[in-house]
Amino acid sequence: MNVTLQELQVGATAKIKTIKTENSTNQRLTTMGLLPGTSIRKIQIAPLGDPIAIEFNGQRVSLRQAEAAFIELEPQ
Amino acid sequence: MDSNDSSSSKGTLRLALLGNPNTGKTSIFNDLTGLRQRVGNYPGITVEKKMGFFEVESTPIELIDLPGTYSLAASSLDERVVVDMLAGKVPGNPPPEVIVFVADATNLLRNLFLASQVAELCIPMVIALNLMDSATKKGITINVAELSKRLGVPVIPTVATRDEGIDDLRSAVISASKSKPKFNPVDWPEAVNQAVETLSSGIQAGSSATLCPIEMRRLLFDANSAVGEHTHLPEERLKEIQAEARAQLTHAGYNPLAAEALIQYEYLGKLLEGVVHRIGETKHDQSESIDKLMIHRGWGLAIFIGMMFVGFQAVYSWAGPLMDVIDAAKVAVQGWIGPMLESTPTLQSLVNDGIIEGVGAFVIFLPQILILFLFIALLEDTGYMSRAAFLMDKLFHWCGLNGKSFVPMLSSYACAVPGVMATRTIEDPKARLITILLAPLMSCSARLPVYVLLIGAFVEPQYGSFIAGVTLFAMHFVGLAIAIPLSWLFTKFLVKTKAQPFLMEMPPYRVPRLKNVVHRMYEAGFEFVQRAGTVILAFTILIWAALYFPRPEQLVTNTTDSYLAEIQTAQQISEDDALRLIEDPESDESAELDNRIQGAYVNQSYLGRTGQAIQPVFELAGFDWKITVGVLASFPAREVIISTMGVVFSLGGDVDEESGSLRDALRKETWETGTRKEAPVFTLPTVFAIMIFFALCSQCSSTLAVIAKESNWKWAGFVFFYMTSLAWVAAVLTYQIGVALF
Repeated sequence: MNVTLQELQVGATAKIKTIKTENSTNQRLTTMGLLPGTSIRKIQIAPLGDPIAIEFNGQRVSLRQAEAAFIELEPQ
Repeated sequence: MDSNDSSSSKGTLRLALLGNPNTGKTSIFNDLTGLRQRVGNYPGITVEKKMGFFEVESTPIELIDLPGTYSLAASSLDERVVVDMLAGKVPGNPPPEVIVFVADATNLLRNLFLASQVAELCIPMVIALNLMDSATKKGITINVAELSKRLGVPVIPTVATRDEGIDDLRSAVISASKSKPKFNPVDWPEAVNQAVETLSSGIQAGSSATLCPIEMRRLLFDANSAVGEHTHLPEERLKEIQAEARAQLTHAGYNPLAAEALIQYEYLGKLLEGVVHRIGETKHDQSESIDKLMIHRGWGLAIFIGMMFVGFQAVYSWAGPLMDVIDAAKVAVQGWIGPMLESTPTLQSLVNDGIIEGVGAFVIFLPQILILFLFIALLEDTGYMSRAAFLMDKLFHWCGLNGKSFVPMLSSYACAVPGVMATRTIEDPKARLITILLAPLMSCSARLPVYVLLIGAFVEPQYGSFIAGVTLFAMHFVGLAIAIPLSWLFTKFLVKTKAQPFLMEMPPYRVPRLKNVVHRMYEAGFEFVQRAGTVILAFTILIWAALYFPRPEQLVTNTTDSYLAEIQTAQQISEDDALRLIEDPESDESAELDNRIQGAYVNQSYLGRTGQAIQPVFELAGFDWKITVGVLASFPAREVIISTMGVVFSLGGDVDEESGSLRDALRKETWETGTRKEAPVFTLPTVFAIMIFFALCSQCSSTLAVIAKESNWKWAGFVFFYMTSLAWVAAVLTYQIGVALF
């Protein structure tokens, strides 16, 4: 079963399956190099529950939960 | 405040500095140009335009610092400015002759994505490969000669924070202006070329606009590209053409909105093969260990609160002694100039009470600005700012702002002027504008004297010091409480620009660079003082004139005569004795007469008359004409209310909020006419109405001037209008409800 980035455990790593680009945040993520096959790690969820911090290609980026739900990961 | 700076003389080489955020672009800019910089706005928008000037081998060079961006998607204002500038679509700004592209050596692939997007403009390019020291630390080695060969442009390794490679960069720029090296662009697949062809014929069929290849790709690949406006086509028609072109891409097996990234990254990945080497697998670096603490769900918050506490303590308390120095200097200058202008009282008053007083009241904020920007520069340069925004985002998100609004909002509690300037750290233009609009509602330190005066005079004697303390505390939340629903309303109905998605890089932690920090402070301070010299000076003179004129000759005689008569009856003395009393400069009566004359002048001044004329408007809030005059005179700067009240109540202008005589005068004040004749004016409902009015009203010309600078005069006018009407409505409600209940 597919999991989304939103559902990924903090500290876990997974590979990107698809990014739904209808969402403009995610189009931006692709321009930063987040493409299918890229390995991604969830670092932290903010104290108030949103946003989340992720790491890919050696860079750290923060995005909101709502957007993370559009990013599907390869089954582990 | 621009924009005639396109006047580059002939022979000047025009450069543009381009790169991703957090690559040390600002450091390179400062290294190249030193202090020869000029900051303005791009015509019609709030994006900051920074220009710098320098010379190499006697060639004068003009350098434009383009906003930091990851791509040319043109959905944000920053990105749009970059596309427009490079395509030569900004009026008065021809495209640059050479692009200096700053790339982060620790993340070369992502950085080159933007360089490759720009390549199709065929503008000569030089790459500054910055942060070479960080790359070495991370175990990354780059074969610079081979990289340069494959990209087709010179690559200069730099460590901007240590000035390394900057001289090489200078000479590389000069040679590039002659040899014109171009970045090797990606070879687009046939499907993309066909789709661009479809777009281009579709646009040409309906419009005479000429678009360059880079703009065509933006229209093809980006969901909501602002470049669309350049086609001069109706939106619907353009959407049809775009859909047709994108359908071709989809048919060929590409997802149109991800195609560019896939194609570019594949191309660049191959290009970098064998050029970039990593020693050892991605080992955990220092930043990661620091982040374990800084964004920890418990510790992170505690550290954040601690840092903000220390930072704002510094803004508030370190600035104090410096502000006292400025105030003392102001008084000294007044004391020095005053006697020289004795023979021309009007000029003396203009210079002392108008210009020096007014500009001094503005310049006094300079220490706060400098310390706040020291704090902000440290937060940004270390990389902590994005962590702070990460921690706070949720608090602001639901009402349309984001985590970066936190620092400006909090600094507005000291003063909205630095608070509004601090909004520059917010990249999203919509969130930035709304933060600017709401920042003046935060209870700044200039509101404190009004609260102290009124609570001290009316709440404390009646309810004790505990309730007085609670009231003072509560007054500080009135503006905030109203800002929350307003923020939601502004987001929903007022500011129509689309909100930027929240996507924030959390750059590695770095040791801040002294040069950049000092530069940031200098820049903020310089612009602020420049303001004082222009807009504030004009405001100040206007208000001074409204309070000073007219000067009827008989006023002094009339006031003196009536006071003489009053003393005679009160003290049962002869006219001569009374005259002697008021002529003795040491006597109380002489001082009292001076205060009365001062009061009489203000009361019949243009502003005083206006106050009396519009008093009925404020009657609903329980204000008499004296309060109304005080309110009007406080529009340039709310803190003058205390000294204005002193003058209006004929106590002289030297009273302060702790002053017993002013408190007594307020308590004794009664209605002069109407149904409430003889009843005290300052009842609790009136006192609270005044405090609510001051909490919400836009009474600070400095703030309005800074808002106009950071956005435009239209928004400054809006702030004035919404805050002032809000204050009036709230004051009337407070009074009416208060009267009904008590």
